[in-house]
Amino acid sequence: MSDLELRALRKSFGSADIIRGVDLAVPAGERHAVIGPNGAGKSTLFNLISGAFPPTSGEVMLGGERISGRPPYEINRRGLSRSFQVTNIFHNMSVYENLRCAVLWSLGYRYTLWRSAAALKDAAERSREVLHLIGLDHARETPAGLLSYADQRALEIGVTIAGGARVILLDEPTAGMSRAETDRAVDLIRRVTEGRTLLIVEHDMGVVFGLADRISVLVYGEVIATGTPAEIRGDPRVREAYLGEEAA
Amino acid sequence: MTAIDRALPAMRPVGVRSSPLAAVAPWLLGAAILLALPFVFPSRTGFTIMNAIGINVVFALSYNMLLGQGGMLSFGHAVWFGLGGFAAMHMMVAIDKLALPVPVFLLPLVGFAAGLLAGAVLGWPICRRAGTPFAMITLGIGELIAAAGLMFVTVFGGEEGIKGDRVVGPMLFGLDLGPQGGVYWFIAFWVFAAALAMWAFTRTPLGRLSLAVRDNPDRVPFIGYDPQRVRYLVFMVASGFAGLAGGMAAVNYEILTPQIFGALTSGNVLLMAFIGGLGAFYGPILGAVLIVLMQSMLSDYTEGWQLYVGLLFMGLVMFAPGGLASMVEGGARAVRRGDWRERAPAWASGALAFAVLAAGIVLLVELAFRAHGGGALRLAGLTLRPGDAMGWIIGIALVSLGAGLLRLLTRRGHDGDTARPA
Repeated sequence: MSDLELRALRKSFGSADIIRGVDLAVPAGERHAVIGPNGAGKSTLFNLISGAFPPTSGEVMLGGERISGRPPYEINRRGLSRSFQVTNIFHNMSVYENLRCAVLWSLGYRYTLWRSAAALKDAAERSREVLHLIGLDHARETPAGLLSYADQRALEIGVTIAGGARVILLDEPTAGMSRAETDRAVDLIRRVTEGRTLLIVEHDMGVVFGLADRISVLVYGEVIATGTPAEIRGDPRVREAYLGEEAA
Repeated sequence: MTAIDRALPAMRPVGVRSSPLAAVAPWLLGAAILLALPFVFPSRTGFTIMNAIGINVVFALSYNMLLGQGGMLSFGHAVWFGLGGFAAMHMMVAIDKLALPVPVFLLPLVGFAAGLLAGAVLGWPICRRAGTPFAMITLGIGELIAAAGLMFVTVFGGEEGIKGDRVVGPMLFGLDLGPQGGVYWFIAFWVFAAALAMWAFTRTPLGRLSLAVRDNPDRVPFIGYDPQRVRYLVFMVASGFAGLAGGMAAVNYEILTPQIFGALTSGNVLLMAFIGGLGAFYGPILGAVLIVLMQSMLSDYTEGWQLYVGLLFMGLVMFAPGGLASMVEGGARAVRRGDWRERAPAWASGALAFAVLAAGIVLLVELAFRAHGGGALRLAGLTLRPGDAMGWIIGIALVSLGAGLLRLLTRRGHDGDTARPA
């Protein structure tokens, strides 16, 4: 069964149709990339899936349950977590606190005000695990706003995966990184999404073709092709619409 | 809200691994101060001022729960203070009339419950918005309740207010609440208990999440929490503690008038929190102490004390947006790093420049006050009359000198906050 499924998804802002009927099925455990030129609607698609805004029509299904129309925090609680293209972390809080806030709900802590956060052993343990996973042990007490750009991007991923979501959406996780930083990020993404379903928007074709099991090409709000990296590379429509000489 | 944004990052990342002693030490110190104060200032005036400080410490801490902890700028915090106060006052009257076996000592809990309840009801619509709309709504609610306070005479007593008698009901801990000295122990107990509870709140998951909401509300829904719900809960708790402070006020003053709901009360608590510093838990305590002291002591010397509070506020917002607490933190950091000796000259010259500037401003303001009515200003063997040029020349010279020095120091001191007036 598909973990994440989009059915005839549409989004218009006024008279502008941004997403024009997208159907997509991502099976459990698949790493699926969405590529497409600027303005194709990739970020809007992520916003629709994660509940940042509701679709004009169509549905988003998570593990067979309809999640479209629900607020983002309910979608997150159901096991879908996303990162942001522009780093979106808690800048004045320490790296550790960023992660601890991100693990709380998944461990069953609601809006709790009769327990000390520091005394929650499971939250501490999980936060430490993620801290180690994203390679920021040394920066545990550093305010997130003071981290280097690459470390902030790693923390962004850490905050996204900390709650243990089954389906992870990453929005251009390597944007603005050097080659070496990108390699480290890809390695990190591989490790943290092991066994999970991943939907990733990425501009770096090296990253996309190296990481993805399947790729969908979004152009003007429509998916013009879906397939394995080899199929996408060989698809003449894709070459014409988007890849051009890049993939040649 | 840029001033507030500048004030907030001073909040140090809360140490998750501080030693138990380091966590307990400030509380032992606080308790020691509370225990020692009555022996240091045993006069009636001393108790009056200390009791007023205690009430405002709790009030200002509750305000900072909203602003420092939750990022909610409220212009109507007097509402919860007042409602809690009136609830406690009515209870005090009822204890007397109906001979209820309720100790007056526990009335702040009635204030807390009333503040919490009022915050839960009125906070529901208020907290549906954040940022500037939230601030505007609190301003509106504040005015609304202030107006209602005068309209509903049976509840709020009209212009005369409601009076009560605190020497009723059973005693608790054998404490006689009759004399001001007895009330002091009542106030001290609640200051300590409320401060400890509010500090504990900052450590709870909800407290940590409210920092996250303050920091970046847009990200919070994507880690599973509804930021609006977080704000609402923090708002309720803060209203409860404001109500507790109101209950303390009811017992201390034995009279409350609807004036308590006014913008002056709401403005004052904002000043106390801001001047003390939003970034540290103890900041509002410093602010409350300073403002009440200025209120009660400066007002003996000059009618212009409110003007000086205003100037102090402006000066701090411009030069030390982290308030008094940021100066304390800066000093402590320098001591820990061991470079306070190098920094001390810069601090001293900053303080000197600031003092010169302040002296000039005070001189000009006091002369201006006397221009109408004609008294002379006598200080340090000098007699300055508003009619003579001498006083004005000295005042302008001091202001120019102070401002010039400050400018020189801030321009040179681009290595952090060393040259800021401290």
